[in-house]
Amino acid sequence: MADEKTPIVQVKHLKQYFNIGKANEVKAVDDISFDIYKGETFGLVGESGSGKSTTGRSIIRLYNPTSGQILFEGDDISKIKNRSPRMKQFRQQMQMIFQDPYASLNPRMKVKDIIAEGLDINNLSKNDDERTQRVEELLNMVHLNPEHMSRYPYEFSGGQRQRIGIARALAVDPQFIIADEPISALDVSIQAQVVNLLQDIQKQRNLTYMFIAHDLSMVKYISDRIAVMYSGKIVELASADEIYNNPLHPYTQSLLSAIPVPDPEVEKTRERIDFDHKKHFSDDQRLQEVQPGHFLYCSDEQAKKY
Amino acid sequence: MEQVPKIPKEKFKLLHKKDNQAQESLGTPSLTYLQDVRRRLFSNKVATVCLILLGIMVLISVFAPVVAPHNPNTQRVEYSNLPPKIGNLDIPGFNGMQNMDGKSVDAYKAVNAPKDTYYILGTDYLGRDLLSRIIYGTRLSLIVAVLATLVDLIIGLPYGIVSGWKGGKVDTFLQRIIEIVSSVPNLVVVILMMIILKPGLVSIVIAIALTDWVTMARLIRAQTFQLKEQEYILAARTLGESSTKIATKHLIPNLSSTIIIQTMFTIPNAIFFEAFLSFIGIGIPAPNASLGTLLSDGQKAFRFLPYQMWAPALILSIIMIATNLLGDGLRDAFDPQSSD
Amino acid sequence: MEKILDVKNLNVDFSTYNGTVHAIRGVDFHLNSGETLAIVGESGSGKSVTVRTVLQLMAKNAKITQGEIRYHDEDLLKKSEKQMDDIRGNKISMIFQDPMTSLDPTMTIGKQVAEPLLIHNKVSKADALKRAEEVLRLVGIPNPKARMKDYPHQFSGGQRQRIVIAIAIVNYPEILIADEPTTALDVTVQAQIIDLLKELQQKIGTSIIFITHDLGVVAGIADRVAVMYAGKLVEYGNVDEIFYDPQHPYTWGLLDSMPTLDTDDQNRLNSIPGTPPNLLNPPKGDAFAPRNAYAMEIDEEEQPPFFKVSKTHYAATWLLHPDAPKVEPPKSIQQRFEKYQQMLGGSVK
Repeated sequence: MADEKTPIVQVKHLKQYFNIGKANEVKAVDDISFDIYKGETFGLVGESGSGKSTTGRSIIRLYNPTSGQILFEGDDISKIKNRSPRMKQFRQQMQMIFQDPYASLNPRMKVKDIIAEGLDINNLSKNDDERTQRVEELLNMVHLNPEHMSRYPYEFSGGQRQRIGIARALAVDPQFIIADEPISALDVSIQAQVVNLLQDIQKQRNLTYMFIAHDLSMVKYISDRIAVMYSGKIVELASADEIYNNPLHPYTQSLLSAIPVPDPEVEKTRERIDFDHKKHFSDDQRLQEVQPGHFLYCSDEQAKKY
Repeated sequence: MEQVPKIPKEKFKLLHKKDNQAQESLGTPSLTYLQDVRRRLFSNKVATVCLILLGIMVLISVFAPVVAPHNPNTQRVEYSNLPPKIGNLDIPGFNGMQNMDGKSVDAYKAVNAPKDTYYILGTDYLGRDLLSRIIYGTRLSLIVAVLATLVDLIIGLPYGIVSGWKGGKVDTFLQRIIEIVSSVPNLVVVILMMIILKPGLVSIVIAIALTDWVTMARLIRAQTFQLKEQEYILAARTLGESSTKIATKHLIPNLSSTIIIQTMFTIPNAIFFEAFLSFIGIGIPAPNASLGTLLSDGQKAFRFLPYQMWAPALILSIIMIATNLLGDGLRDAFDPQSSD
Repeated sequence: MEKILDVKNLNVDFSTYNGTVHAIRGVDFHLNSGETLAIVGESGSGKSVTVRTVLQLMAKNAKITQGEIRYHDEDLLKKSEKQMDDIRGNKISMIFQDPMTSLDPTMTIGKQVAEPLLIHNKVSKADALKRAEEVLRLVGIPNPKARMKDYPHQFSGGQRQRIVIAIAIVNYPEILIADEPTTALDVTVQAQIIDLLKELQQKIGTSIIFITHDLGVVAGIADRVAVMYAGKLVEYGNVDEIFYDPQHPYTWGLLDSMPTLDTDDQNRLNSIPGTPPNLLNPPKGDAFAPRNAYAMEIDEEEQPPFFKVSKTHYAATWLLHPDAPKVEPPKSIQQRFEKYQQMLGGSVK
């Protein structure tokens, strides 16, 4: 299966530490490796402090990775310099959608200027008319009324703002989008709207997504493959169905067992699985392929069982 | 629960609504942030009055040469220490009458002033028109205020932004400098300046320039630290926006409330600092007027000719109180949470 | 069952610069002794305002224009601020969403848990601390005796929420209002907190009002559910009735837009289009009509009254009017109906 797919992003032994050498050193991301294939949606799931958002920010180079490689279309982008021409190009190829619709739009800018920011930076529109026209197209694409171009962000609801954020990311015509918990701050009725929109745009523009989330239910639905992160490491990586039907790591099992289900009968019979860090984590473990396409963070001995 | 109301049958037809954009309409009228701020500011009566008062003062100062009835530095010793008088109106306190040895005497007659000669706020011990001196004094105070504000904006603002934005070692280094600067009292700076320069506007402004931006820089740095983690700043970075552009497009507009409010607190400080220096005699040299020198002169004759001190003291107080209250009003106006 | 709280025709307005926002527009509900009532709604639906009004913890610009909040035989809205102080944190207490900001960072947690005891009862400090220790053990803080001397920052988010709960229940309140207590928490922690609340209810017999936007959480904790939209209740009933026999199109939409783990990846998610109305100018008819695929002409003209579905189940939608056409609810809802039929058939009732 993996053969026919070409990777667009390859993360190799990525480490992202903060406050290196100080007493409060944090190993936010600690030696993770994975590939993301063209056209797929790659889900990255973890709870707060697992390092999932840091991973996303390292890949898009908001941080300078401590070590490791990040290949984008075979080209290592983990060390390119800010302000270099390569970086400028990279900034158009990869974009990000943020979590908080209230903090991700500059409150002092009009919607038009927010969306056009990428156009302006990269001189993608020749004149003012073309710029306006592009913004109009983008607003239509995210199902917003182009007449609202001259409004300010605070006049919009959370779901509408999130769509403005999506339009901003799309403006530079990226191939790869990192969606950092794009729906977790939204109401349930609005979440589905945004997810549907993201999927439609993916089909239209042949995009690849990395979808970061803290719970498995929506990720299971939207992703082709899912990586589960815990404490800076990927503990399990497999196809979405495999993660759901055949979770191998105790942490994945615990996450799955905790998802609330809108069905009282299911809830009555729910058995919660607790995860004990000390019991399941040890130094001799690493991520290895235990079944075809199914990776598990375990020791060599444990791997033999599968 | 209740009786089913009678409703015509045809009302129960499904409308088959489609997912259309009409549902995306916005309910509130389009108001820009600044319009919102203005509305909040003007609904605060105290702040509005202060704004008007300061506006009038600024206008009078700008047009001082036109507005002032006399040359502020012309001495007419024969008309020294005349009490206030407005035309030939008989307003108590403004009719040229003065208490001498228990009797009320027309001071203007006593010095044989022509009928049409009068000084609205009286004259000082050298016969200079007090009103004109106050107008020019206020003008000088406001010049000091403007210069102090400029220094705040030119040094304090970029300093704070760079320190907050860069963080790390740059920030530590810049903060050490601030600590050193702020540990030297500005009075010491002024006295040191006098060794090199003559007392006057220049040395006052340099003294303010050297010390006054520190507060602004600190506030801006703290705010920048918060702002730079905001997702819209991250979004701008992922789009490849340069640091300078991020500063001008994203940081400064979102720092504007802090900037304006801090300025409103810088102004009275600077004005008071100048007045204080002039009062103790190391500020504006004679014969130029400043509110400080006027207070100092007036204070010497306060027991006999109290009007010479009342007028400049009143003006100084109004400027101080008005800027402070306006600052408070602006702080509330810029904070959307304060809407009540 | 005894009604311990009865809210009648509650109306709350907020005055803003843009005009008056009618945040709560005639809400009726009651809480039975010993049960958990979940109030479900999106942000801006008025669910938080409603429960804050019960404790009169509203913003300065809020005004109760009409209504009654009966607690036993008294109207809480007629109480003075001082009388309310005796009730808050004692008879009725509240847990807020963010455990990071609802604890005082400068005070040891032992003192914070003991504080409501000292305020409302004549107990010695030593006794209060002893009781605080018991309650901390009850909410599952390991080694409470030693940890009472610790400060909030020394605890994890989940533990902090446990401490917040300990503070709320230290006086064994009759009513515990939990305003999105798990929204800020991780899924695994959320599950633990919900288990804790259920366990506490059994142990100390509190009635709980649970505010949330997440129907998944509701299914696990509630006895009864009230769904709120645009400042009004649209449907209420027993938990099974709401989940397996929902009648209001908004409830359908909410249930239908959540992917379950079984949702087929190939299907599009069903979503509720549009956004909730602006309550500055509430619509004349049914506030949900503009987003309602089943809207009828009458929906745009007149607000629907509550129609009785069962003794315990009411829904405010014109679809229940005898003259209304039969509509076909979304597929996932039909599956729920089927499940309900099986359940009813299988049970002795």
